[in-house]
Amino acid sequence: MKLDTCDLAAYATMRADDVLILGQRLSAWCGHGPVLEQDIALTNIALDLIGQARAYYQLAAHGSSDGQTEDTLAYLRDAHEFKNHLLVELPNGHWGDTLMRQFLFDTYNFYLLEALTKSSAPELSGLAAKAIKEVSYHAQYSAEWVIRLGDGTEESHSRMQSALDILWPYTDELFEDTSLDVAVHALQVGPLPSALRADWLAKVSEVLQMATLTVPSLDGYHQRGGLHGKHTEHLGILLAEMQFLPRAYPTAQW
Amino acid sequence: MGEEFSLEHRFQAYIDAENKIEPKDWMPENYRKTIVRQMSQHAHSEVVGMLPEANWITRAPSLRSKLILLAKVQDEGGHGLYLYSAAETLGVSREQMIDDLLQGKAKYSSIFNYPTLNWADMGAIGWLVDGAAIANQVMLCRTSYGPYARAMVRICKEESFHQRQGYEIMMHMAAGTPEQKAMAQDALNRWWWPALMMFGPADAASPNTAQSMAWKIKRKTNDELRQEFVDKTVPQATFIGLTVPDSHLKWNEVTGHYDFGPIDWEEFTQVVKGNGPCNKERLAARNKAHQEGQWVRDAATAFAKKQQARAAAPVSATNPSAA
Repeated sequence: MKLDTCDLAAYATMRADDVLILGQRLSAWCGHGPVLEQDIALTNIALDLIGQARAYYQLAAHGSSDGQTEDTLAYLRDAHEFKNHLLVELPNGHWGDTLMRQFLFDTYNFYLLEALTKSSAPELSGLAAKAIKEVSYHAQYSAEWVIRLGDGTEESHSRMQSALDILWPYTDELFEDTSLDVAVHALQVGPLPSALRADWLAKVSEVLQMATLTVPSLDGYHQRGGLHGKHTEHLGILLAEMQFLPRAYPTAQW
Repeated sequence: MGEEFSLEHRFQAYIDAENKIEPKDWMPENYRKTIVRQMSQHAHSEVVGMLPEANWITRAPSLRSKLILLAKVQDEGGHGLYLYSAAETLGVSREQMIDDLLQGKAKYSSIFNYPTLNWADMGAIGWLVDGAAIANQVMLCRTSYGPYARAMVRICKEESFHQRQGYEIMMHMAAGTPEQKAMAQDALNRWWWPALMMFGPADAASPNTAQSMAWKIKRKTNDELRQEFVDKTVPQATFIGLTVPDSHLKWNEVTGHYDFGPIDWEEFTQVVKGNGPCNKERLAARNKAHQEGQWVRDAATAFAKKQQARAAAPVSATNPSAA
């Protein structure tokens, strides 16, 4: 059995959507960070994520019969066609909110990429082998900030605990197995997201403990829908801004 | 006084022999002040200069252009860092310099008090603003203060790359749809005169030039640099089919330079005084980032102290959390 080209394109697009939307969020920090060194560091992560999005979209567009390109995929789809997790589209909030969101996602992204390096699809394993080098650094950077701010001052501790409490209900969706994941997994192209949960939870719990933060209970109600195109109100606004030029001037080349 | 005179005399002779002044060398107080002022203004310009371009990062029209713009704005932050470090060699702290900026006491290049209104502005800034900056910075690679000159060598390499990227955007827009060409022309119209003002007042109105030239901080006058920029840039505009917004612009066979129209120095003075279109917004944006980052910086400091204390404390075998 061989994976349908459409399935591989849909899978790559799904992976791309996460890193594009998160990269777009991070890019809004550029020039506004709390200290110059960190402004530069977060911009670096935005650059890596958008670079990864391009690689995934190019892979998706490569097999397309309808003339898709990395840019049509990023700029000419509406919110319901995006299949990113809700977590990545949430607003930046303050520096602590951004770094907590980043830490929760980076840790997931690390284990995802680790699995994808073993993909039976060479295009994906190659992409993952390159991306995981970047994401190892992202995960280390965001974990360090979570620890520093969690165990910093009383104010920073309380800000980080509240960031964690707000973001936690969006983490369960990271481990949802869609029918596409199941199909991809059957061919050893990609992992079942549910299989990444244990590693993720162990790492996240370890870091949160070092940060003196309390892991929220797992049995709370969780937010889902992104993987099926049902998003928060925030994504439409993000896309309106991001897609403005190609939408307003459809015949222009940039 | 005699001793001071002799020191200054030797200092000048040392500079005249094309030596670099290093942080621990004796230098006249005014030389130190001039260098600190110039380097800190330059650093502030890099950091404030991130804002007008950052304004378009989230709206960059392709993934490639978004990456290029992000990387470019990030480079500017990096230039700010080198320059603050270079200025710190003269005993002024980065905190103090940033404080002066936030309180409106320190200047930065007035060009960044103009707004970025369409995507072609990303081209115009690279082509004209970075182009004008390079004319100045190439000269500064040979400035007499060693740390400044060395920082500029690295910065110039990146800036000339930015300038080519900017021109590439302009070339692409000028050759695009009628709307894109109109954006490119509009951007040139708005950035041309402010770019010429970047070189500072006319030589006749620039009282500090003579001393800066004698100390080889500057090696060319404002007017010389401005003329070089016009001569280089006008043919580039013509090549991509854009019109420089100056009805007096004319090639002069006799001088071998372009003649150009009068600069509106009243506008320049007003923008320097804080009355430009974006002065207040730019300073407010820097202050907002600084204030909102206060708790983050405080937490980082507190955490670092705890870490030091933990490293210094004896490890207890009975208390695993002590490790």
